[in-house]
Amino acid sequence: MSDDQNTEHWLVRATTIAWLWRISIVILALTVLAQFVFPMKGYFGIDGWMGFGALYGFVACLAMVLVAKALGLVLKRQENYYKDLQDKDGKSDD
Amino acid sequence: MIDFLPPALIMILGAILTPLVRGHLRTTVLLAAPLATLWAIWQVPDGVITTLTFIDYQIEPVEGSAVRRLFATIFAIMSFGGALYAFRQARTVELAAAQAYAAGAIGVCFSGDLISMFIWWELMAIFSTVVVWSGGTADSKAAGIRYAIMHLLGGIILKVGIDGIAVQTGSVDMQAMLANSFATWMVLIGILINAAAPPVSAWLADAYPEASPTGSVFLSAFTTKTAVLALILLFPGEPVLIGVGLYMVMYGIIFALLENDARRILAYSIVNQVGFMVCAIGIGTELALNGAAAHAFAHIIYKALLFMSAGVVVYRVGKSKCTDLGGLFRTMPLTTICGIIGALAISGFPMTSGFVTKTMISQAAATESLMFVYMALAAASAGVFLHAGIKFPWFVFFQKDSGLRPKDAPWNMAAAMVLFSAICILIGIFPETFYQLLPYAVDYEPYKASKVVFYLQLLLFSGLAFFLLLPLMQRTLTVSLDTDWIWRVALNKLAGMIATILAAITGVLSRISNGTLRALKLQAEARFSESPETERAGVFARAWEIGTTALWIAILLTAYVLFYLI
Repeated sequence: MSDDQNTEHWLVRATTIAWLWRISIVILALTVLAQFVFPMKGYFGIDGWMGFGALYGFVACLAMVLVAKALGLVLKRQENYYKDLQDKDGKSDD
Repeated sequence: MIDFLPPALIMILGAILTPLVRGHLRTTVLLAAPLATLWAIWQVPDGVITTLTFIDYQIEPVEGSAVRRLFATIFAIMSFGGALYAFRQARTVELAAAQAYAAGAIGVCFSGDLISMFIWWELMAIFSTVVVWSGGTADSKAAGIRYAIMHLLGGIILKVGIDGIAVQTGSVDMQAMLANSFATWMVLIGILINAAAPPVSAWLADAYPEASPTGSVFLSAFTTKTAVLALILLFPGEPVLIGVGLYMVMYGIIFALLENDARRILAYSIVNQVGFMVCAIGIGTELALNGAAAHAFAHIIYKALLFMSAGVVVYRVGKSKCTDLGGLFRTMPLTTICGIIGALAISGFPMTSGFVTKTMISQAAATESLMFVYMALAAASAGVFLHAGIKFPWFVFFQKDSGLRPKDAPWNMAAAMVLFSAICILIGIFPETFYQLLPYAVDYEPYKASKVVFYLQLLLFSGLAFFLLLPLMQRTLTVSLDTDWIWRVALNKLAGMIATILAAITGVLSRISNGTLRALKLQAEARFSESPETERAGVFARAWEIGTTALWIAILLTAYVLFYLI
């Protein structure tokens, strides 16, 4: 083992992360395949489709991240925004 | 007849004793008061127990029912866990205020009428403000003032509604109603302000993260969930609440995604979680109300747990921005694990408390064939995992190596976290036992194979989305504007502008009046006095000071009043 490998925590080593990805992908696939064993009726038809939960979860998250990103363009300010405004007001009073 | 005192009085007694005693005795008071209260809560039978007459109204300080005991129970458990977490680190004023704050929440639980409810409600507002102030920084002082204004305003609106109902119906009894008149709308709005509903949701994320590391644990539990109980008792099945709840759910997710401060992320997710409950109350069926009550119970535990783990980080490192944190799992394994358990529970992972309560709400929507609501709640469940379930632990404990190597939690904080983690998991594993506490009989099975598979797909693929979209979610040193911008900036500027305009008008007027006065004075001097020296003028011709004049007027008025009365 090299020094680099020794100093790093085992959890953040590149090899561990690669393995985590592989295991995760297998688990993700299994959750979808599980529908063959436990067929889903669904309440509204559409939610009984193969992999609906997976697709819906992914797309919903994608949409929320993009909406947040877009709103961020309008709503985000420097973190001292309110403090700076106060300081400016304070100075103009003097 | 008083034959049963409100259990909340035990907490009040605790709050009074806490500052008076020291050392082990203080610890005993802090830990025993919630337990004694818990015992008293379970002595309250169903129905109205105590009645009094106040003016012309029937006051019912103690009324028991399953849902009231359920909320009081969780508030007492929370009080115990919070005290255990905080007693060695927090200031006495914060601990005593937190007890009085909990007393307010427990008092609301057993209020049989709107007047008792209002008194406890205001007690909560006052002492929660003290808890915010106990943060001790300039920011917490300012945030506390904004928080107090919002809650006192909410209190006034609530009081207007209560008075309206008292006048219209002649009764202040707490009973289910719909928002169909001015008075009932005022009550609904007053309660919704405490629930952090739109358009004033911003108060929550503004104030809670400014409290001390221990203070935000207490704050996370009581105010919003007391509002949830008030909605269950007063507005079950009010359709407006479905829309309000869905808005809160989405608001919490979006703002949490934009946020950099770890405790503020958690604060936004309170709004998100309360949104689930508010929506369920809007659906209003027995299953939905069971879901709302159960979710409030589970939520208090896992949200406090999340704030505890964030609190340990702030306590040890003094930082709460995601940009400053990362890699803490190396030296804080216990805090990391407890934080992850809280994160899994809030996301509603199978085998945690969130799963057996949140899915109840979704089931209620499905049973009522509310497809849109069901789908929105499912999307929101995915979003919760995204913003609280992964984002919070990832950015605080993993992410990059920030180089920080803080010690893990002190023993009492660790004990509180382990206790709450255990409750999260036990409720998830043995839901039937927990369901027996709910207001209505439960005919619901959370662990159906197809349901578990659906939620695992939903959540795990949200996790995949998180890591694939990570480049889009890099933290920035920013704050996000919210509706509070209107009163923090816009109204401030407007007031400044009005002041400037008024000052200009005053200037012009005083210049005109000064000029006129000078001209008059010159004319008077020219006509009436041969010499301008005032000493020679008679007593009544002299200029008097305003103070003397005011004194004389006061004496004359007093004399007038006296003569009039005689």
